[in-house]
Formats: sequence, structure tokens, C-alpha cells
Amino acid sequence: MFYIYCPYCGEHREEEEFHPKGQAHIERPKEPEACSDEEWGDYLFFRDNPRGVHHEMWVHAVGCRKFFNVTRHTVSYEILETYKMGEQPSITADSQSQAREGAAVSQQEGVRA
Amino acid sequence: MSNAATFDTRTDTAIPVESPLAYSYRRSGAPQAGGPSRLQLRERAMLGHLILRGGAIVLDEAVRDVLGISLPGQPQALVQDASGERSIQWLSPDEWLVIVPGGEEFPLETKLREQLGSAHFAISDVSGGQTLLELSGEAARELLMKTVIYDVHPSNFPVGKGVTTVFAKATTILRRPSDERWELVVRRSFADYCYRWLLDAGAEFGINVQQ
Ligand SMILES: [Zn+2]
Repeated sequence: MFYIYCPYCGEHREEEEFHPKGQAHIERPKEPEACSDEEWGDYLFFRDNPRGVHHEMWVHAVGCRKFFNVTRHTVSYEILETYKMGEQPSITADSQSQAREGAAVSQQEGVRA
Repeated sequence: MSNAATFDTRTDTAIPVESPLAYSYRRSGAPQAGGPSRLQLRERAMLGHLILRGGAIVLDEAVRDVLGISLPGQPQALVQDASGERSIQWLSPDEWLVIVPGGEEFPLETKLREQLGSAHFAISDVSGGQTLLELSGEAARELLMKTVIYDVHPSNFPVGKGVTTVFAKATTILRRPSDERWELVVRRSFADYCYRWLLDAGAEFGINVQQ
């Protein structure tokens, strides 16, 4: 039992009201006829399976029935942020590793001092 | 005026009409509390239910002109007219539920369509697909606490709020039009299940069914 923040309802709701719907930010090729088989196959079948920060689509199935995006850590299952369709994440794998490096540097400096 | 085909679902023909709970009353009965009861259940059958979809600004203008209520723009908001007989509830950023006394829904739909003209919108009459159950009494919140997954504490669920959530494994709209009343909008196909759940869960409070 945990709560997920629905960006459309504007509040935290029970996880039971939601369904995950796979990887987010997948764009259908604008001209499918111009795609190579490999590009089309990638679009249709191949998905990221990262260890760490991942962007997924979820649907508030029992509430407002809107789709939205979730940035989730696949190891800790922690939900880092949720945001509306059409928006870009503010937390990514890059931003996380930069933050970690920054923290490591300040720790080392702390040791030296 | 849009060119959508519409029709009045209530005809003058003498067709027997039954509420979604007609079968349940026959099968499960309508328990009456012997003495003073802490929980009352009443079905408000045959009301007019309309689903409005479209942009908030366009719809707001139309319902204010036709119904005299402004469209609730905030999530989970429920607004009523002065009599409390007509209400509009936010369901989603582009979807609202309008409940009016039975028989008013078709004239309302017609007027809204005239008002909205060629705007991008949809109106669906869902009166036959759902029914409204009203819970009142001091034990109403206690019953909801063991039935819905949503937090019904007054600090989280003030008067004028309504949510779509899970009620005993069924999808239900739960709303609070006044301090002492709670309303459930249940699907016709789930009405018997919800009714029997309410009787069972309400037994400990001496539930009193008013027909
Ligand atoms: Zn929602």
C-alpha cells in the first residue's frame, strides 16, 4: 500500500487506483513508410530496461482516467516525480549521477578539511 | 446547433420502469431499524445524469447560462444549486458529471447543445447506467472507512468534494454534498453488489433502508 501523486487530480491517491503502462516518451515515427525495418522494430518492440532511473507511463484508471508520466527508480522502486503528458522530466539518470558526483566531491573535501 | 442525433429516453409509452435496485429490494429486502438508527440508506432513483466533456471555459459559459451553476474548475470539486437538487462534479480535467431531477436531463441536454453550437464537446445521457445512493446518520463515515480506500476524514474530505475511487472492489463516485450526507454514484451492473455490501457492512450500525 502506497500513494502516488496524480498530476491531474492534484493529490496523492492509493496505488490500487493506478495501472502502469510501460515506457514513457516513445514517439511514433512521423513517416512509417520511410523507416527501415530495424527502426520500425525498435519503435514497436524494443524497450529500455535500466537499472536505476526510468520514465514510465501510468494511468489513473479508477480516478480521472488520465495517462501521466512517472520517474521511478527500478532498484528502490522509489517514485522520484510524476508529471503530465507532454511535459519533460526534471529528474533523469544524468541529473541523478551529476548530483551523486557533486555529493562525492563535497564529501572528499570534507575529509581533507 | 450540432447535428448529433438525440432522443428523450423517457417516453410517454406505458413501459414499466424499475430502478437498478428493484431486484435487490425483492431479493435482499429493505431492513428497517427497530429503534433509533445511526445509519440511513436511501436510493435516489431515476435522476437525470449527464456526462459533459470538452474545454472548461466553453462548458462553463454554457452551464452558467442554462443551469445557473458555474462549472467546478478545481479537481474533486462538487457544486450544487441553491435547492441542492442540481449538481455538477469534476471528474477529470475535461469531464464533468451533472445530476438533475429526473426528466430534466433531456431538455437540459437540448439547451446545452443549442448553447454550445459548433464548439468541440460531447454530452452523454448516462441516466440509465447508474444510480445514486444516499447515506446519512452519524455512522455513515464509519461505514465508509471500512469500505472505500479513500481517506474520508473531514480534514481530507470536506463538504463540496467528490472523488472517483474504489468502493468494496467496485468503481464508485463518492461525494459529500452536506455535513451529514454522503452520496454514492454506482453503476447499474454493480448496484446489487454495492447494496448488499452496504446492508452487510451497515448491520452493526442498525442500517435503516428508506424506500
Ligand atoms: Zn487522477
